[in-house]
Amino acid sequence: MCKKTVIEAKIIQNQEIAQGVYRMVLSAPEIAAGASCGQFVNLYPKAKHTLLPRPISICEIGEDTLTLVYGVVGEGTREFAGYNAGETIRVSSAIGTGFKPQKTKTAVLVGGGIGVPPLVELAKQMSGEKIAVIGFRDEPFLKEELEKAGAKVYIATDSGKTGFKGNVIELIQEQGISGDYFYSCGPKVMLKALAAYCESINTPVQVSLEERMGCGYGACVGCVCKIKENTETGYEHKKVCKDGPVFLGSEVVWDE
Amino acid sequence: MSNHQGTEKKLDLSVNIAGVTLNNPITTASGTFSAYESGAFYNLNELGAMITKGVANIPWDGNPTPRIAETYGGMLNAVGLQNPGIDYFIAHELPYLRQFDTKIIVNVAGRSIEDYCEVAEKLNGTAADMLEVNISCPNVKKGGIGFGTHSEMAAKVTKEVRRVSKKPIIIKLTPNVTDITEIAKAVEAEGADAVSLINTLLGMKIDVHRKKPVLANKMGGFSGPAIKPVAVRMVYQVRRAVNIPIIGLGGIMTGEDVAEFIMAGADAVSVGTAAFVNPTAPADIKNELIEYMQKYNFKSLKEIREAFTE
Repeated sequence: MCKKTVIEAKIIQNQEIAQGVYRMVLSAPEIAAGASCGQFVNLYPKAKHTLLPRPISICEIGEDTLTLVYGVVGEGTREFAGYNAGETIRVSSAIGTGFKPQKTKTAVLVGGGIGVPPLVELAKQMSGEKIAVIGFRDEPFLKEELEKAGAKVYIATDSGKTGFKGNVIELIQEQGISGDYFYSCGPKVMLKALAAYCESINTPVQVSLEERMGCGYGACVGCVCKIKENTETGYEHKKVCKDGPVFLGSEVVWDE
Repeated sequence: MSNHQGTEKKLDLSVNIAGVTLNNPITTASGTFSAYESGAFYNLNELGAMITKGVANIPWDGNPTPRIAETYGGMLNAVGLQNPGIDYFIAHELPYLRQFDTKIIVNVAGRSIEDYCEVAEKLNGTAADMLEVNISCPNVKKGGIGFGTHSEMAAKVTKEVRRVSKKPIIIKLTPNVTDITEIAKAVEAEGADAVSLINTLLGMKIDVHRKKPVLANKMGGFSGPAIKPVAVRMVYQVRRAVNIPIIGLGGIMTGEDVAEFIMAGADAVSVGTAAFVNPTAPADIKNELIEYMQKYNFKSLKEIREAFTE
């Protein structure tokens, strides 16, 4: 009857792969077995005063392992960054409604910063041609992993230090990148702009949203987003942690 | 599951609240529990009662996001009682709750006395065992806390809901008042069958890097272990002011915390924020309470309460 759990998982690797960005590989066969692309897990800090779990998207799902790539953004993730291989961490079952890979000819995967990681497992799950367009402030990461998953990778940086100088949408337009289905994860401003772009070219896009969470498993209704519904207001507040994080770009009310 | 029989007397965790017997004193604090989502992590039959999220007469949209902020040893929430409305609740959520071998306490929200009464009336004849009337939510502009901070208003809501409801009613009190015992006495006088306390403390967090409030609502309800001493103090005070049962809550993280609330005067407790730190917290805390009782050879909750000396 209990479908979900929190386990103490062994850390196999916890390594900085770009400034302030870490790859953590966990030995967690039962969690890996129930996980799919675009879902996330909750990591629980050990410090008693940081109460809430940190939702971290799943980057890769192995047979017995889960690979998470996270950015150090606050106290909890700073604690995680200090862990060594061999130590353990509390991790939840995979949670949420992830990407639904479609059978299409060419898929375009658009990632921004710490939104890039879930695109790796997504790319691995798709058989057709796939193009990854990934943007960063300064320093790219996960390029090789996306290439290994069979994607042709284009890189944009705000600073122009690596690849195209500008954002991912400018890069898509400049390179004339097209496909019959888009998938994306990244900052809301990027997702909003991409959803508008996809609408203009009449191409569907799945977007993975982010919101501050409380419980991280659907009980508290803290992390909602506005999804178009036939209600008085024209939308309904849906849970990012459960109904999402992945929604269709066309069903999101992008008002913020 | 906990049959501590043998030559010794059986451990009795049960508690009677206004004629309703809970198998144990652990309930789920309103707003922190969803039967479907929480039940994915632990067996809900372990609970003394499930207290639902607040339900109003019509669907409420809740507040804009961010609704959640973590603070040192606590958290703020400004969900704003998002709920699908009582008709949807009765049709789609209540039937799901009925399958569990535990009591159902429906938290009732409103913007006016009529709202509260409408929900209470609709719950007559349903599987709800009790109502918890939320006159203390700090996150809604109309109603909510406005009723909980004035004795006369609290008394009026209690009187009207008591009049229309056929179920025992628990009035949930806010700590954001000068003297909580006054409000407790006022609702007891108008027929409240029990009180629950404390709801969240009104709090605020400012992001000094963005130079803005963290919550879209600016202020929110402060909960978690950081508030426990305030909650224990208020339960202690209210216990000495009224005779009706008390459901104590505010920062309970362990079985020993439950014992502390019982010594302060609580008959039952609610576990809230702890379930965010650990999804199985309500069940774990119950087992810890049993361990605590075994350690001191307590056979009932009453024995815990009576062991407290000042």
